[in-house]
Amino acid sequence: MSWIYKTAAEQAAALAAGEVTSVELTQAHLDQIAKVDEQVHAFLYVDTEGALAQAAESDSRRAAGRPLHELDGVPVAVKDVLTTTGLPTTCGSKMLEGWIPPYDATVVARLKDAGLPILGKTNMDEFAMGSSTENSAYGPTRNPWDLDRIPGGSGGGSAAAVAAYEAPLALGTDTGGSIRQPGHVTGTVGVKPTYGSVSRYGLVALANSLDQVGPVTRTVLDSALLQELIGGHDPKDSTSVQAPVRGLVEAARAGASGDLIGVRVGVITELGRQGDEESGWSEGVMGVFDDAVEQLRKLGAEVVEVSCPSFVHAMAAYYLILPAECSSNLAKFDAMRYGLRVTPEGNPSAEDVMKATRDAGFGDEVKRRIIIGTYALSSGYYDAYYGQAQKIRTLIIEDFTKAFEQVDVLVSPTAPTTAFRIGEKADDPLAMYLNDLATIPANLAGVPGISVPAGTAADDGLPVGVQFLAPVLEDARLYRVGAALEAAVGDVLGRDKLDHRLGLTEENK
Amino acid sequence: MPELSRGLSRDQVRHLADLARIDLSDAELDHLAPQLNVILESVASIQGVAGDDVVPTSHPIPMTNVFRDDVVVPGLTAEQALSGAPAVEEQRFSVPRILGDEQ
Repeated sequence: MSWIYKTAAEQAAALAAGEVTSVELTQAHLDQIAKVDEQVHAFLYVDTEGALAQAAESDSRRAAGRPLHELDGVPVAVKDVLTTTGLPTTCGSKMLEGWIPPYDATVVARLKDAGLPILGKTNMDEFAMGSSTENSAYGPTRNPWDLDRIPGGSGGGSAAAVAAYEAPLALGTDTGGSIRQPGHVTGTVGVKPTYGSVSRYGLVALANSLDQVGPVTRTVLDSALLQELIGGHDPKDSTSVQAPVRGLVEAARAGASGDLIGVRVGVITELGRQGDEESGWSEGVMGVFDDAVEQLRKLGAEVVEVSCPSFVHAMAAYYLILPAECSSNLAKFDAMRYGLRVTPEGNPSAEDVMKATRDAGFGDEVKRRIIIGTYALSSGYYDAYYGQAQKIRTLIIEDFTKAFEQVDVLVSPTAPTTAFRIGEKADDPLAMYLNDLATIPANLAGVPGISVPAGTAADDGLPVGVQFLAPVLEDARLYRVGAALEAAVGDVLGRDKLDHRLGLTEENK
Repeated sequence: MPELSRGLSRDQVRHLADLARIDLSDAELDHLAPQLNVILESVASIQGVAGDDVVPTSHPIPMTNVFRDDVVVPGLTAEQALSGAPAVEEQRFSVPRILGDEQ
C-alpha cells in the first residue's frame, strides 16, 4: 500500500524507523497530485522542486541523527492566504496574481524550522470570503467524494488535498468556519484553535478579530501534532496570547484509547432540529449527528441539552462585523505598492487607477462585503449596525460562559447540509452564508472548535462532521472528545469509495 | 435611529463603491444592488436585540497594547520591499499623479 494512505503520525514513525525516506514520501504525494489534481484542483501552485529539495535535506538530517521535530520530513500543504517566501501567494484573487511575498508567515516559518517539505499552495475562496471555494479567481476546487460538489470554503483546497491523499497535513484558516465546514463536507478533521493561540503574522487578514490559523488533517491525532507545532506565542502578532496551549497530542492519544466517563457534553438547542427552520437542517446531517451523540453516551459521557439563545443572532452579527473589518483590511490593495495595477486610458490619477484596479481585481463576493462594510461603518449607521453587532458579540460570549458552567464541551452538527452542487448557491449570497451558521459563534467568542468526520448521510452518502466547542485555551478537551468519537465511529468513509470516484484503479494507484 | 430595512438605492450603492474606491460598471450595479439589499434586510434583524445595558465587544479576548523591546532587528531590504511593486523608480514606489482633475 502506498505511503500516502498512512496518517501523518504513521508517516513520521516510519521515517523515524528508517522504513521510508522523506524524498520517497514527498514524491508519493507529488505523484498523487499529478494523478488526481487535474480533477480536484486543490492546488493553485505545486512546488515539486522545492519540496523534493527540502525532503532531501530532511533525509540528511535523519541520517545524521538530527531530526528537527517528530514531523521532520512529513510533507504539508499550505492555504494560499499564508505568505511564503519564494512561492506565489494569491489569496485566490486576481489582485495578487503572481505575487511572491518577501517574508514567511510565522506558521510557515515554523513548518520550515521543523523540516516539513511544503508541497504547494492550496485553493480558496477569494481572500477567504466564501463557503464553497467557488469564489476563487482561479476556478473552483471539487469535492473528492463527488466531483460535482463543493469542497466547502473558504479552505476547500486544503480540505480536498487532504481528503484525496494529496497531502497528509495542511494549514487552513478559519474566520467563520473556513477550516471546520470544509472538514465536514470532505470527511476530514479541521480545528480552529483558540483565538490568539496560533500566530496570524503573515496571514493576509480578512477580519482580524475573527481569523485563526489551524490544522487540516485526516485524523484527530494528526491535527494535534500540527497544532502543537504551529502554536505558541509570537512577538510579531500583537494579538498572540502568552499562555501556551499544550497537551493536545496527549489528549488525542488519551481520547482514542479511553472512555468519556465524567465528561459533560452539551447539545446546543439552537443548532439543530429545534433551531430556526429557515436554516435548513437536513435529515441526513441530523441522523449522523444523533448517532454520534448516542456514541458519546455509550462512551460514558453525560449528555445534556444546553440553550444558547443569542446564537440565533450570530450570523447577522457576523455578516456585519466581518464586512466592517474586511472593508478596512482590503483597503491596502491600492495598486501602488504590490499586486495588480490597472491603468485606465488618458492621464489617470492615482485614485482613478485605484478604482479601476479594485474593480478588475476583486470578484463579486469581495465587492459585496466591502460595500456592506463601508455602509455599516458609515456615520449615521454605525451604531445601528456595527455597534449593535458588537453588543450581540457580548451576548454570545455570555451564552458560552454560562454553557461552560454546566458542561465541559458543546456539540453540534458542523453545518446544516452535506456538500451541495457546484453552482447551486453561487449567486445567492444569503443561502451561502447559512453554511456557516453553526461555526460562526466560535469565531465571535474566540473559543476553539473541531470538526470530526462522524459518518455519511443516509440520503446522499456524503460525509458529515460533528463539531465540538470548548472554552478559551481548553483546546485539549476538543482533542480528547474528538479522538474518542473518531475511534468509536471507525473508518466509516471508506477509501475504496474515494478511489472509485477519483477514477483510481488497482492498476493506476 | 435610521430605518435599516428601507434598502439601498442604485445611487447609494454607487456612492458606497466610490467611497471604497471600486469603479463599478452599470451592469455590476444592476447585479449587485439587489443582492446587497437582500443581505442588509437579513442582517437588520439584529436591530433592538441588545439594549443599552450591553457593552460592545471588539475582540473575543481582552487585549492590551503590546510594545516590543526597543532593539534594532533586521527588516525587509529596499529590494525586498519593492519586489512586488507594479512600478519602481530610483528605489521608490512609482505611482500615478496623485491630484485629480479638479484639484
